[in-house]
Amino acid sequence: MGGVGSTEPHRSDVPALPARRDSQQELLLGLADDELVIGWRDSEWTGIAPLLEEDVAFSSIAQNEIGHARALYELLGDDADALAFDRRPDEYRCAPLVELPLLEWAHTIARRWLYETADEIRITALLDDDDPGVAGLAAKINREEAYHRMHAEMWRERLADTPQFRAAVEELWPYALGVLPPEQRGALAARVGLEEADAFERGTHTDGLAELWEEMTMVRRSAPAGAQW
Amino acid sequence: MIWEIFRQDRKGQPFEHAGSVEAPDAEFAEAWAREQYGRRGESIALWLAPRDAIHAVTEWSDEFDLKYRRVDGYSIKARLKEARGRRRLDGAA
Repeated sequence: MGGVGSTEPHRSDVPALPARRDSQQELLLGLADDELVIGWRDSEWTGIAPLLEEDVAFSSIAQNEIGHARALYELLGDDADALAFDRRPDEYRCAPLVELPLLEWAHTIARRWLYETADEIRITALLDDDDPGVAGLAAKINREEAYHRMHAEMWRERLADTPQFRAAVEELWPYALGVLPPEQRGALAARVGLEEADAFERGTHTDGLAELWEEMTMVRRSAPAGAQW
Repeated sequence: MIWEIFRQDRKGQPFEHAGSVEAPDAEFAEAWAREQYGRRGESIALWLAPRDAIHAVTEWSDEFDLKYRRVDGYSIKARLKEARGRRRLDGAA
């Protein structure tokens, strides 16, 4: 078992996921990993957000996102913690957008807004899923995301005219496109008001993930397998 | 801009002052008040009022000491003792 400083993941006895996954599982895993990682990144603002009220709101949104990840992992496997923390960094399916360490407010808000806009497109598509478990969970997540969208939209309106925000949106745009499969990118481009471009695709990872993974899985890796919390 | 937040526990209950948030407009105030005073399911409704819109009353006068208007103007203790004594006598009779 890996300990602190080890680069080996903690592994439970049961494989977290089947090695061969269908396209639906692949999509849900990508969604779950996005929610986990953006929740983790956004929680980095806890205690240091630019305003006290926003600190509370932003931390709460981060917690919600991690809650969505948990619900999705539970749909995919028996052990949400194993899925969240027992994989190697290269086994995560999150989009590069959510991995970026962005401790700068204009970038953080640009990412939140781009992410929520993209997320709404894919969640809306899942509302009509043939699997009632998936459609039901999508509806539940969607009701909570409505407030995240409201939050992101109000910040966008406020920052839209600042050069910092505009530059951040343009910089993050190829990453935002990578959140969605190619067939949903046209809808995103229409909402954001930018042209489609080459995307930073899911399946590739930035350096940000390895560093985040170290931190995110540290406690889990330092504990013996089967430890109960 | 300071917004005073009032919250209601359950339907039919009075709104009570919960605290305040500092927000530039009603939209931000709502988003932040939701998170601070509603996300644990502790409220079924919120009222958000700009502090400036609240007409506060803090000055009181009671120049003639009209203590009979106040609850502490009556000594209940002595009257209760008297009533109890009367009941004992009634019981004994």
